[in-house]
Order: sequence, then structure tokens, then C-alpha cells
Amino acid sequence: MTINEIQDELIEDFSFYQDWMEKYELIIQLGKELPLIDESNRQDQYIIKGCQSKVWLVPELKDDGKLYFTADSDAVITKGLVSLMVKVLSGHSPKEIADADLYFIDQIGLKEHLSPTRANGLLSMVKQMKLYSLALQAKVS
Amino acid sequence: MNTLDIKAIREDFPILKREVNGKPLVYLDNGATTQKPKAVIDAILNYYTDMNSNVHRGVHYLSQISTDAFEVTRRKVQEFIHAKHDYEIIITKGTTDSINLVATCFGQEFISAGDEVIISAMEHHSNIVPWQMICEAKGASLKVIPMTEAGELDMDAYKSLLGPKTKIVSMNYVSNALGTINPVKEIIELAHDQNVPVLIDAAQAVQHIKIDVQELDVDFLVFSGHKMYGPTGVGVLYGKEEWLNKMPPYQGGGDMIKDVTFEKTTYNELPFKFEAGTPNIEAGIALNAAIDYINHLGLDNIKKYEDELLAYATERLKEVEGIKFIGTAKEKSSVISFVVEGTHPYDIGVLLDKLGIAVRTGHHCAQPVMEQFHIPGTVRASLAVYNTKEEIDALVAGVKRAVAMLV
Repeated sequence: MTINEIQDELIEDFSFYQDWMEKYELIIQLGKELPLIDESNRQDQYIIKGCQSKVWLVPELKDDGKLYFTADSDAVITKGLVSLMVKVLSGHSPKEIADADLYFIDQIGLKEHLSPTRANGLLSMVKQMKLYSLALQAKVS
Repeated sequence: MNTLDIKAIREDFPILKREVNGKPLVYLDNGATTQKPKAVIDAILNYYTDMNSNVHRGVHYLSQISTDAFEVTRRKVQEFIHAKHDYEIIITKGTTDSINLVATCFGQEFISAGDEVIISAMEHHSNIVPWQMICEAKGASLKVIPMTEAGELDMDAYKSLLGPKTKIVSMNYVSNALGTINPVKEIIELAHDQNVPVLIDAAQAVQHIKIDVQELDVDFLVFSGHKMYGPTGVGVLYGKEEWLNKMPPYQGGGDMIKDVTFEKTTYNELPFKFEAGTPNIEAGIALNAAIDYINHLGLDNIKKYEDELLAYATERLKEVEGIKFIGTAKEKSSVISFVVEGTHPYDIGVLLDKLGIAVRTGHHCAQPVMEQFHIPGTVRASLAVYNTKEEIDALVAGVKRAVAMLV
């Protein structure tokens, strides 16, 4: 699936829930289901500091030329949001990731989590994912 | 007024009628800032509608009435904390500004290499960093009074820290992260025994506890307008005349001078010596309305009601499985900080927000406190006089619901 197809699918998944608490139930569920990253990767070099919750993001460029992400957070809602990002962006070429327009966050009503004043480190994480992609793209070309 | 009519008080605060995320607002972040009564909002509106003009300058009518209104606040603050003179009241931008002023000006004059400054383990960053900066600049060192697991100061340790090298003690009256009320009277007496002046950060105290600076014999007292039902951008530095006169000015500019030539400037008298530039006039004027409002309710009544609410909230929150209170001092004021086993404070804060409940989560600008308790932060509910038992019930139900979702 392309990045946009995955986004559209998530928008549909979330459209079943009208109530905020139900939406968060789903996010928390996703957070709990996100595979834990390897303990050895819970290092400072992978940390993206939000003000309140920590996020670890580990990139890996595999032989298929695609960039894969694993991630984790110490707060479960943040982890759920992180898992959405990983779902959408992981497993695509660096160019696709760098060019991606992440419209799904806005459409499922989670835009507030990407505001720069938000203390969850999510915005920094998206920036970091894009930066890795740009760096790899530059390296490949 | 002997007992407070909370329902009527709530009517004074327009914002309390609004909804957040489709739910009635439950505002429990008063330690960060309180809401404003209509009298304060009207004072700001009235200033711009009727008297906007720069203060301490013009001979024209508007400048005179705005100056008068601004100076009325100074005298109101003087009465409010029972200072000896109105010129001992310096109007600043807020608590942080006041502490920076003292750290810089007192430090410049009285702190030298090898000297020591004492603070406590439960300070807000604003009462740590300014002292660190002056200590670093002067080659002095910062000493920290430790606290117990309950969040109470270790007074024996304090006594042993005080010594001939100590130049100033600076600490809070009430901890913003823990709610602990510190024994400031004793702290000041012990320091004075060694001729050491004391700065008390009353940002979390002045809206809850009656303060008399002469009775406390405190050398400097600082607080903010916006945490006491007043506007943002205005605060107070009370300083004993003798100290303020001995300290050099803070910022240079208009208002703080007597005569300026390119060769030499002579400085204005107190309080203007420390008030360079045009102040936040509307906030200064509206602070008067905030103090009137507090006086009208009576601080003793406010404290009595808030203590009752705090006890109720503490008792009810115990129902939450896995809850751990951070800060269990015997003497506490209006703050309940907690963590719940298996959850991150941030997650609880996000879910409470969706239920219309505003709390603070995180380290509350007191990272060293969090470090001592080995936690990333807490959920903090902080109370004001307009909060109700029903709102506490909503908080408890919200926390229970959040925990059920998260664990």
C-alpha cells in the first residue's frame, strides 16, 4: 500500500468513532500493540525529547532500499500516536517518506498533537523521520 | 462575610461558564494561573476605554489619572502584605522577573567568590536558575536544603548549611509541585541569627495565606499577579528599604533616572530606581481589582474553604487504585500532585482534557523535585476559591476512567 492508501485506511478506521474517549481507546490500544523496540535501542542517541513524554525512534534502511522505523514511548497515548506514524511511514522509500503529506492526523482530529506547543515530542518525531529520509536520499543519489 | 457563597463567587468568573470538548470546564490548574473575576477584566477594559496614557510622565489629565490608578495599586499591595512604606513595593513583570532582579542586583553588590547562596530542594526553576547564574558569574556556590520523602524541608540540614559564607537564602513559601507550606518564619529567624537576608517566593502562597512582611521580618518577598486572580505580566518585589537602597539598579532606561548626561546618570529614588521603562500599565492597574476581590472574600475565609476542599480531594482520590501522592507534608496548601501506577502523567492529562478537566502534568518546572522521587512528572490538581466538591468528584471520576483505559 502507498503512504496515502494507509492514511485513507486509518481515516476510515477512526471515522467509526465519534466520541473522543472512543478515539483514545483505539489510540491506547494501538499504543499497547506497538511492538517494543529492542532494549538495546532504548538509548539516548535515538531519543526524541518532548517536554513530558519520551520517544525513541530507530531507523533502519534495509536491502530492499526501503526505510523501516521502530519506535517506543514511555507514555501510552504518545506510543499510540507514534504507532500511527510508524504504520504510515515505515517500509517506504526515503523519497516517498520525505515527500509524504501527512493529512491523516488532521482528518482524524488529532491535529492538536502536532502543534509545536504540545509536549509529546510527536512533531519532533515526524521531523526526525523526514530528516532521516532526506539524509538517506542524499546518500543514495 | 463569614462563610463563602461559592455559587455566587463562580458567577464572578465568566470563563467558568464555558465548555471544553463539549463538557463543562473543570479548571484545576490554578497553580499555573487562576481565572479572572469580572472586576479584573473590567478594570483592564476600563483602562483602555477611559484612561490609556503613559504613567509617571505627562502633565496632561489622562497621564495623571493613569498614574494615580497605577500608584493606587502600589499602596494596595503595601497594605495587602503590610509593608512599612509604599516605595518598598517594586512593580515587576512577575515572580520570575522579581527573583532575577534580586539575584542580579543583590548578587552584584554582595556576592563574591567563595560565597554561598542557599535555596531548597523544592524550588521552581525560577528560584534556581537566576541564583545559579549569579553564582557562576561570581564564583560562588549554590547550597540546597534537602527534603524528606514527604516533601518537607530538612531543617537540621538547613541549620548546618547556614554559615559565615552564606550571603542570602532564597526559597518558596509554598511549593508549586508539592503544595508543602514551608516554615518561613523559622527559616527567616535562623538566617537573621547569622545576619543573612532571606527572599521568600510567595507565588503560590499570597492567594491562599495572609502574609505580613513586617511580622515575618522578611527581607524580600516576591509574587505574581496572575496567580492571584489578577492579570498576567505584572508582579511584585517587596524589599526592605535598606536592602533596596544598597542594591544597584537593575535595568537602565526611562523612569529610573533623575538626571542623564553622556558623562553621568544619577538614579531615581525608590521604587522608580528599579522600574525602568513603561510598565504593564493595564495589568498594574487591574491588580488593584484582584486584591480588592481577595480582600472582599477574606484570605482567612479563602484558606478555610480551600483547606476543606483539599482534604476532600485527597480523601476521594485515595479511591483510585494505584495512586501515589507526591508531597504529603503535614502543612499543605491547595495542591495535590500524584502518579498512578502503570500510567504516565501525560496520558492521564490528555484524557482528563477530553473530559473538560484542566490539570497540569509534567515536572511543573521543578525537575529536581521529580528527580528526587524518581518520576518523570506528576498529575497536579491545584485549587482556587471557585472550585467545588462537585468538580473534585468529576476529577476523581475522570482519573478513574482514564486509569481504567490506560492500565
